Amino acid sequence: MAELSVDTSITAANVDRSRALKRFAWTDAFFRSLTRVCAISVLVILGAIMFSLLEGSIPALSKFKFDFLVTERWNPVTNVFGALAPIYGTLVTSFIAMLIAVPVGIGIAIFLTELCPPMIRRPIGIAIELLAGIPSIIYGIWGLFVFAPFLQSHVQPFLIAVFEDVPVLNGIFAGPPYGIGILTASLILVIMVLPFIVAITRDVFETVPSVLRESAYGLGCTTWEVTRNVVLPFTRVGVIGGIMLALGRALGETMAVTFVIGNAHRISESILAPGTTISATIANEFAEAVGEVYFSSLIALGLILFFITFLVLAAARYMLLRLEKMAGN
Amino acid sequence: MKTPSIDMGRYRRRIGRNRMYMTLSLCATAFGLSWLALILGTLVVNGVAGLGLHVFTEMTPPPGGEGGLANAIVGSLIMTGLAVAIGTPIGTLAGTYMAEYGRYDRLTPVIRFINDILLSAPSIVIGLFIYEIVVRPMGHFSGLAGAIALAVIVLPVVVRTTEDMLILVPNQLREAAAALGTPTWYIIAKVGYRAARTGIITGVLLAVARISGETAPLLFTALNNQFWSANLDKPMPSLPVIIFQFALSPYENWRELAWAGALLITLAVLTLSILARVLSSKSGGER
Amino acid sequence: MRMTASLVAAAAAISTVFAVNAATAADISGAGASFPYPIYSKWADAYQKETGNRLNYQSIGSGGGIKQIQAKTVTFGASDMPLSQEDLAKDGLVQFPTVMGGIVPVANLDGVKPGEMVLDGKTLADIYLGKIKKWDDAAIAKLNPSVKLPSQAIAVVYRSDASGTTFVFSDYLARVSPEFKSKVGVNTSVEWPGGIGGKGNEGVAGTVSQTKGAIGYVETAYAKQNKLTFAKMINKAGKTVNPEIPAFQSAAANADWAGTPGFAVLLNDEPGDNSWPITSATFILMHKQAQDAAASAEALKFFNWAYGPTGDKLAEELDYVPLPDNVIDLIKKTWTNEIKSNGQPVYKM
Repeated sequence: MAELSVDTSITAANVDRSRALKRFAWTDAFFRSLTRVCAISVLVILGAIMFSLLEGSIPALSKFKFDFLVTERWNPVTNVFGALAPIYGTLVTSFIAMLIAVPVGIGIAIFLTELCPPMIRRPIGIAIELLAGIPSIIYGIWGLFVFAPFLQSHVQPFLIAVFEDVPVLNGIFAGPPYGIGILTASLILVIMVLPFIVAITRDVFETVPSVLRESAYGLGCTTWEVTRNVVLPFTRVGVIGGIMLALGRALGETMAVTFVIGNAHRISESILAPGTTISATIANEFAEAVGEVYFSSLIALGLILFFITFLVLAAARYMLLRLEKMAGN
Repeated sequence: MKTPSIDMGRYRRRIGRNRMYMTLSLCATAFGLSWLALILGTLVVNGVAGLGLHVFTEMTPPPGGEGGLANAIVGSLIMTGLAVAIGTPIGTLAGTYMAEYGRYDRLTPVIRFINDILLSAPSIVIGLFIYEIVVRPMGHFSGLAGAIALAVIVLPVVVRTTEDMLILVPNQLREAAAALGTPTWYIIAKVGYRAARTGIITGVLLAVARISGETAPLLFTALNNQFWSANLDKPMPSLPVIIFQFALSPYENWRELAWAGALLITLAVLTLSILARVLSSKSGGER
Repeated sequence: MRMTASLVAAAAAISTVFAVNAATAADISGAGASFPYPIYSKWADAYQKETGNRLNYQSIGSGGGIKQIQAKTVTFGASDMPLSQEDLAKDGLVQFPTVMGGIVPVANLDGVKPGEMVLDGKTLADIYLGKIKKWDDAAIAKLNPSVKLPSQAIAVVYRSDASGTTFVFSDYLARVSPEFKSKVGVNTSVEWPGGIGGKGNEGVAGTVSQTKGAIGYVETAYAKQNKLTFAKMINKAGKTVNPEIPAFQSAAANADWAGTPGFAVLLNDEPGDNSWPITSATFILMHKQAQDAAASAEALKFFNWAYGPTGDKLAEELDYVPLPDNVIDLIKKTWTNEIKSNGQPVYKM
């Protein structure tokens, strides 16, 4: 009698178990598909962005074709639009910003990894990263109300006077001191991308095996010589990746630049003159664009910006990936 | 024994060069830190002048009038909350796939790559995208479109942190649970999420900090609203867009409010970042 | 008993909500010109205090206002540039003016106070053409013998957005300077030979106040409210005038409202000793076929209130010129005849 009851309970348990296992299999499959769908949504979103930008640009691009990229005119009245001035502004502001930010950023990273007393290393590192946390509109307001007037009264007249008689540079530093303009926008971008360069360069410097450093010190190298001849070459790929990441950020920056760039659809020789960037143009003009061609030209600008940043970011990520592989992650 | 002669001149040059570069790097750090001090200092001085209880209780005024930022603050809170509500579940699930089910398959590295691109994409492009697919079909600007735009910015941040945090969970824990016969989804929920909980929350906090200051995507999705609006179907005011409008105006009372709003946003963002950092270090200590 | 009590309580609560909603009045939405924004926002404030109805007006420039009303995303659009009959007919719009005002050149010069400077049309045109580059140029000095002009570069500021203010300003410059007319032209957005762009009247006023040596063109209320250094102008009759209500009224005196279709009069460079040379009316655009009849009715009620004594007083405080009564009658007739919903006029006299 007892055996029978044990048998039924085991059979019952078997039935329960198979039912439970079926249920598990079903919920597992469901959860797995759910997460898979969400993961694929990331790809879908990127694809959708590119597609919608392409679709929106068609009216403008089909009307202007290649001229869109090389025309400076931006006339909402005669409906003739050219992206040259915004593209120029985007590239020039980012270029000048990187020119200044890269040495400064690497300098800060060197300080933090080599010179800084360990106790204050953390707070200073956090302080630099706080710069990245400040929203870009704050940079815009600060730039417009504090930085630009300062540049207008003290720095720009100085620059104009100093380079007045120098043959090529007097064209670059010419013009009435507006305070706002391409140089001002570039300088604000410097402060904004600095934390990115510092953070990545610092992380990458710390991956250098101490053996390499110590053997160089053992030969009698100074700190600078170690940095220049051992650390930097070793981390070359990562540093460049970090720089390109910062460049991607500078290219896409909108609010800080919009406040101080001056909104002039012109290419000027002088970097003290006002200009415009792609994102500043879109931010300023989108809500009021009348007419299909105007509208589509703005979206085409967005498409161009997306391509430029996509290329830069893809290259940066690829480089950082290679570095991670090399470091054996 | 013949002692080799040391070229003291060359040695001194090397020392000098080293000193110069090290001083330069010190100057670079001072340079970077002084900008932070300057910006935060100006922000605090000007912002505090405009702060007061009225900022939180009164609505945005016409030029020259009395008022505050209440409707903008509420609008921002609503859109941020909704963005997090949309972006976090999708992002967490996506990160879960990449860390658990799909850790070694071929799709995950591609998604990781694309996700990082999305993470750094210019937010104005995202605003354009949402305009095309939400505002245009709807026919008008709306708080909902603004929230969706912010959600697209939240998503990659959450995906990245979730994946990173889940990968950090030691596999032994998972294997122990599997040995007991738990189904995979249960392991993920009870072992993975629980262990990575702090990290994922940190990621959400960072995402919130990021979108709190975003202006560009809201400019042509949620537009703006002078009055109180909690209606997602209508244009919704938000703190960053109001600051944008007020700062570029010539009105004294508007500019004052712009600085006060800027201070509020910065305090919120910095608090969230510090909170995230504290949380992540605590969880790191526990492990 | 308890059930009934709670039902009654629930019903009371729900009806309070509806009552509140009924009392929560209509939201009228409008967008467009920044030229009249100071007075529209003052009116909206006063109207809300009086009736509880709210007017949400976004100052996005005349171009934006035209676009939004075409897209039917707002109840009314506002533009300083009057649309032509063809454009109005194409979109089924009705156009009517609300107030008149003047555009005044403003500058940021150390030591020069508001109203101290004098400019004339030709000089202004040359400044904006980039031919006059410094403040101490002979042409400016000739008009201002007693003012100490610094040898500072002129920072020209214009509107970066599509704007009726630009339309009116460029129209004036084109009338007084044939070179401006051929080189730059007249429109809501023109290609200025040089300078910085500011967004909206607010942006130009803000940029001028931030940039030393700047010159810009703004609606008078902006100059007045922000204590900007405005310049007096020499008008067609050769007299120097101040940008004030009598000057604007003199310019508006010769306007032929009844004879111009769509009330599209331009008041630049008008004759008269006291006339201000850069004057303009500002217009409202609404759909003939009211999409949301209730909202359109509310909007027309608002404008009717604005044409009344309270509205007039507030307008004059900001140096806007209210329309004469006979024009207001014409406008109301237009409302009754043109703005309809299901064949019935939306506005009831």
